[in-house]
Amino acid sequence: MTDRLSARFATCKSQGRAALITFVTAGDPTVADTPAILDALVEGGADIIELGMPFTDPMADGPAIELANLRSLGSGTKTKDIFALSAAFRQRHPDTPLVLMGYANPMLVRGSDWFADQCKAAGVDGVICVDVPPEEDAEIGPALRGAGIHLIRLATPTTDAARLPAVLSGASGFLYQVAVAGITGKQQASQAAIEQAVGALKKATELPIAVGFGVRSAEQAGAIGRVADGVVVGSAIVDIIGSHGDAAAPFVKEFVAALRSALNANSPHFRETAA
Amino acid sequence: MPDTITLPNSLRSQPDASGHFGAFGGRYVAETLMPLILELEKVYKEAKQDPAFDAEFAELLRSYVGRPNPLYYAERLTEALRADAPEGKGAKIYLKREELNHTGAHKINNCIGQALLARRMGKKKVIAETGAGQHGVATATVAALFGMECKIFMGAKDVERQKPNVFRMKLLGAEVIPVVSGSQTLKDAMNDALRHWVSNVHDTFYIIGTAAGPHPYPELVRDFQSIIGKEAREQILELEGRLPDMLIAPVGGGSNAIGLFHPFLDDTDVKMIGVEAAGEGLEGKHAASLAGGKSGILHGNRTYLLQDEDGQITEAHSISAGLDYPGIGPEHSWLHEIGRVQYMPITDDEALASFQKLSALEGIIPALESAHAIASAEKVAPTLDADQILIVNLSGRGDKDIFTVASALGVEM
Ligand SMILES: Cc1ncc(COP(=O)(O)O)c(C=O)c1O
Repeated sequence: MTDRLSARFATCKSQGRAALITFVTAGDPTVADTPAILDALVEGGADIIELGMPFTDPMADGPAIELANLRSLGSGTKTKDIFALSAAFRQRHPDTPLVLMGYANPMLVRGSDWFADQCKAAGVDGVICVDVPPEEDAEIGPALRGAGIHLIRLATPTTDAARLPAVLSGASGFLYQVAVAGITGKQQASQAAIEQAVGALKKATELPIAVGFGVRSAEQAGAIGRVADGVVVGSAIVDIIGSHGDAAAPFVKEFVAALRSALNANSPHFRETAA
Repeated sequence: MPDTITLPNSLRSQPDASGHFGAFGGRYVAETLMPLILELEKVYKEAKQDPAFDAEFAELLRSYVGRPNPLYYAERLTEALRADAPEGKGAKIYLKREELNHTGAHKINNCIGQALLARRMGKKKVIAETGAGQHGVATATVAALFGMECKIFMGAKDVERQKPNVFRMKLLGAEVIPVVSGSQTLKDAMNDALRHWVSNVHDTFYIIGTAAGPHPYPELVRDFQSIIGKEAREQILELEGRLPDMLIAPVGGGSNAIGLFHPFLDDTDVKMIGVEAAGEGLEGKHAASLAGGKSGILHGNRTYLLQDEDGQITEAHSISAGLDYPGIGPEHSWLHEIGRVQYMPITDDEALASFQKLSALEGIIPALESAHAIASAEKVAPTLDADQILIVNLSGRGDKDIFTVASALGVEM
């Protein structure tokens, strides 16, 4: 089986740069606007797309993504729309990995098997479920693994060495290193703290390590990209959609392109081809 | 105490080691919070084994909260219901007087217990969510008592609706943070409290106000509130020489109800009714998660929730802010599914009528939450024999509700 996620991380590695992982909320501001925004992410140079499933109560998210959730639900986004958006994305972009990110209740309301089947049918590669820790893996893990969908786990600044094996067991695709103890968007971790955390994780796992939460600028992304296998940017993109609404796509593309240049700048490969 | 012996097949031995009550409960939180929740579980287990912890809790309940509070025979209410009941019917109604506690409700029992745990964990800051402000006031009170810094998250709409309690919390030294996200009520206050907690786990203890949330909260809140049922059990044995036939309590998240019920769960002859807020009626807007919801995951636990077919949480409604929540504690979901407790919906209008009736008949102004339980008792007592005994949990006093009730009745103040 060709695994889009590992193939993409391998490509990035061969290019000597970190993968650019971008997050937007599905249906923000409307379902009709999402395809153009997803295309803008890819055209701007995103390697992996995280598509947020909106939830009424996104309690791990800061104001930017919370508002995106409410805009999306306010314009009537349904779960079936999210799978339709995913399937259409897969048609247009056969090689770009797509990861659904969200909360347990909308994912599990029809049962984990239903959710895993829908993911598979729509060409979704992985799932991040914010409020299912390893202790509750039975809710979603077996169904996803059975369908060949990666369950991407999160490690945080509070995940100590004793706990890390539990997080890693059953994790696949990549490991998401949450840079700050907190919610999305707001605080920023110091480069030193990120480097230390990534170093510790690399000793414990072969999985690619992507760092996210609080990454807002090309400069930051570039710095993190020097140590991590992937950099996740969410709130900063969601803010652009928040201010430009249905006209956001070109602005999103421009910003993503700047992020990507910063990652490319770390790479001998790109420095040569640019010269 | 003899009532705390737990038999192998006891209904009182839940949750299991991973925090589940049957299919409900669990720990559905972001990874950042998991280590802290595991630590809390460990600290709570140790505290339960520590006689000094228990002694300090008991002493504060006695000297500060004013326990034990009375089990009171509501003779005029009993007689009024008998007058309209068939010959020989009309159970004897006792009220467990939680409304006489310091701060006017059962909420303080739990806050004292959790503040002791916070101190044991070395945390000097506490946070809490509140709807009507009762749990916020109780938390601000214990924070003052323990010299802890206190932040209360409260939906902006509730801040507007519950001004006296907002002022009380400020007087007690707490910072009240209006929550403007979502529906600006209790569930959004809980979301923001969780957001704050996740960002401040290193020095902050979250005092959850009801028997819900991630394990071990439902268990420890229940244990702290079980003082209600332990006292009631002793008191009724003293007064009547036997156990009651039925217990009735209002259910928001379910802390006062589980506190009354838990010590009686293995007494199979004691029936129990938990009263859910039916708001405008089950066809309209309501807060009856068991009657109108289904199993789902929110705020750290799997439990019955009001939600749509996509799993989006729907807004609850009740005239009583303390019952205005789209979920319910996981132990109640379990007790509902195994049929040990019956749950009855009571509407805003029925609660309003009972609010006035109890005030006029007994000289006790109940909280609107508690008025739901009185309304249920009014329906049930006339179907029981006159020699049967019913205990209603009067979970709080109604002073906080007089503005709401006046406006519902069209009275200008
Ligand atoms: C007096 C009173 N009773 C009942 C409740 C409902 O909460 P619980 O179901 O946790 O007892 C509240 C909540 O604010 C309350 O203030």
